[in-house]
Formats: sequence, structure tokens, C-alpha cells
Amino acid sequence: MRITVTVNGEQHTRDVEPRLLLVHFLRDELGLTGTHWGCDTSNCGVCAVWLDGTPVKSCTVLAVMADGHEVRTVEGLAHGAELDPVQQGFVACHGLQCGFCTPGMMMTARWLLDHNADPSEEDIREAISGQMCRCTGYENIVRSIRWAAEHGGGARTADAAADTESAPGREEVRA
Amino acid sequence: MQVPAAFQYETATSLEQAIELLTRYGPEARVVAGGHSLLPMMKLRLAQPEALIDINGLGELALIRVDGHDLAVGAMVRHAELLASPVVGEHFPILRDAERVIADPLVRNRGTVGGSLCQADPSEDLSAAFSALRATLVAQGPGGRRTIGIREFFRGPYETALNEAELLVEVRVPIRSHASAYRKVERRVGDWAVVAAGAVLEIAGGVITEAGIGLTAVGAPQFVAEQAEDFLRGGRPDDEGFAEAGRIASRECRPTADQRGPVDYKRHLAGVLTTRALRAAAARAQGQEA
Repeated sequence: MRITVTVNGEQHTRDVEPRLLLVHFLRDELGLTGTHWGCDTSNCGVCAVWLDGTPVKSCTVLAVMADGHEVRTVEGLAHGAELDPVQQGFVACHGLQCGFCTPGMMMTARWLLDHNADPSEEDIREAISGQMCRCTGYENIVRSIRWAAEHGGGARTADAAADTESAPGREEVRA
Repeated sequence: MQVPAAFQYETATSLEQAIELLTRYGPEARVVAGGHSLLPMMKLRLAQPEALIDINGLGELALIRVDGHDLAVGAMVRHAELLASPVVGEHFPILRDAERVIADPLVRNRGTVGGSLCQADPSEDLSAAFSALRATLVAQGPGGRRTIGIREFFRGPYETALNEAELLVEVRVPIRSHASAYRKVERRVGDWAVVAAGAVLEIAGGVITEAGIGLTAVGAPQFVAEQAEDFLRGGRPDDEGFAEAGRIASRECRPTADQRGPVDYKRHLAGVLTTRALRAAAARAQGQEA
């Protein structure tokens, strides 16, 4: 089946089997290996990417479900040569040890800061509660995200603003 | 690598087309919404549908509305949207309580209300919460629309009253003056319930006029504790009554032993959580957050 997925602003068209998972599409078809592939059971969250502006576990989304949609991966986090404040925070606060969970953690962190510029420690822990760090380095991950919030990371990125505007409307109507 | 068996994939662009596709493919087709129950089952080959009909494009099913005196939640509403909805939080704290402890934020971004109910997993939280609320389900099939009381919807583990080619469209709950709460014990954050209980109380003149008790993961028929509900109706909303309702719920449920605990422990939890949910609901009825 032929699908076209916009990944980090760039359109990619491929012929895929319907059973191909989004994580494998990104890694094996597009060569974007920044998104990691972990537990395969939607528990660990290392495969987190944005689908239409919202973080999801890409091991539990079919690539064909992303046809015509927008995906953002860790490769789309930096702004040219300049790292995103979230990435800078992980550098500054030693937010990674082995690095396996890092891309997913950073994608969720970016989303959190786009929606809550000044998150409390509790907000951060809740936001990343679906993701596991196999080094158990949570303290520094939380510090890294706080660092980003305190260093201009809380401002909405241009990409996030664009994603929100193009996202399908969800209304709540009082009839 | 866990990969599902091969299947045909169809994208529905309207409700009518989804039903047409379901009719065409017959019993070997499955509807996929968020896919967070179905795709893991397909990876393990516990489910092996010949065709998947994707309804993610049906925006008409993705609305939370107040329609007359009912809250209407579309089948494609994501867990995260139900959790964030102000109208749900104001009138149905039981749903907010439950959503807070369903899986994790990323799963809630994708999983849907309709998918959760149609999966009919005995450990799924919304089934008990909506059963306590006596929700009405609206289904559409080739013959048109019909409504199904949620207490007639669940036919057993992973089985519902939906006919072939029938699709859940929305869940309706009357907005009335009641108080509610949901309490869950899980082994770790985001896990399925060891046991959970939901309580809904309507109180008038110091007397309980209607009670709803939903139980998760303890084999309660239709996810409810009817004998405990009968006991509460007409009684006073006090701790003694809530403790007795808990004891009744504990006796009437039918838990099985598994990796989450033995039968005795689950029965104990069912009682304690029923009592706690009732107390929390009663506190909310008096304007106290619990």
C-alpha cells in the first residue's frame, strides 16, 4: 500500500505492508534511527514520536495510520545547528546515561513545555510516566526538563504552533 | 520483533462506509480506533483479523457534546480528551478519576473511549465507570441506529452485544444531580487494575435515591455490584452503610487468581475500594473534594 507521511516537515512516499509499525517505518524505511525500538508492547515509551502534534508510542501505531499525517521525531527537534532547549537541558544536567530512552523522553518533554511553560516536578513526572529509563536516571531527566523550562524552553516552538493550528478540531458544544 | 499477521487495511471516510466495509468483510474484519488494545493482541496473534477498518478519520465520532440533558461522548474521543474535558470533570468526576489512572499519558493520547468499551476487557476501567453511571450506548449498523443499555452490552470477556457490521457511535450519560468517584489499586503506575471500584450516588433529603457501583477486574457480572446497589437504595449515606455495601460487593464479585493477586486479596480490595469510592462520592455530594 502506498503511503505519504510528512516527517519533520518533509514528505516521504513509500510502498509498505499494512502490518508495518510506524517505528519500523521510521527506522527501516526512512533511516531515522533516532526513534528507538524497545519493548514492543507500548509499555516502555522509547519509541515516542509526535503524530499530528501529540506524543504517541510508535510501536502501537501502524505506518498506514500515519498516511497523510504529520510525524515529528527526535531528528526534528533541533533548529538547524542549534539544539532545542530540551536537548541542551539533557546535556547540561546529565539527563542521559545509556541514552536508550532519551529520544522518547525529549519528545514528550518538548510537548509538555509547549503546553505548560513552567511545569512542576510533579507535572514532569506525570508527563513521562509512560516512559521507562532502564538506567533509572529519572532524577536527572526531571532536572533536565526543568532546566529547559528555566532556559527559554517553555516558549512554544514554531513547529508546535503550526501543528496545533493544523490539527483537526475537537469541539465541546453546549446544545 | 512482534509483528501482526498480514491483513487487508481499509480507511473509512464516513460512518456509512465503515458499516459497508464491515458488511463486506464479515466476521473476520475488526474496527481499529486507537489500536492500543487490538494491535498488541494482533502482535501476539491472539487476534488475527483478515481486515482492519480504520475509523480514525471519522471526526463526527470524536466529539464530546452536551445534548439536551445528556453528556454524549463520541466513540472516537481519546482518553486524553475525556480527561481534559471541563464538562466531564464538572459532572462526572468518576470518569476523571478513572481516566487519571488509565495507562499513561501517551497511551491516553491514542486510545479511545469506544475502543475501550468494545474491547470488553474485564480489567478495563471505563467499562465499570460507565456501568456505574448506567450509560446508554448508541450503535449503528446496516439496519440503522439502536440504543443498548450498558448493563446489557457486556456479554462476557471480550464479548459485547454489538452485532456483526455494527459500530459503537457514542456513549450517553444523563447529566443529573449525583456525586461519583472511582478508586483503583494497581501494582505500579499505569498498570491494569488489581481491583478498582466506582460509585455513583443520588441523594435527596438525606436518603440515597439511586446508587451505582462498578467493579473492575473481579469478574462482576456486567461490571456492577447489583446487590450492594439494592442495599444502598433507600438508606442513609453514612459510613456504616458504605462499609456494609463494601462487604456485600466483596461477596458478590467473582475474582480469579492471577499474577496480580489471589482471590481473597481481590475480594478484600473490592470491598475496601467500594467503601472508599462511596465515601469519596458522598463527600463530593457535600461539596468536599475527596
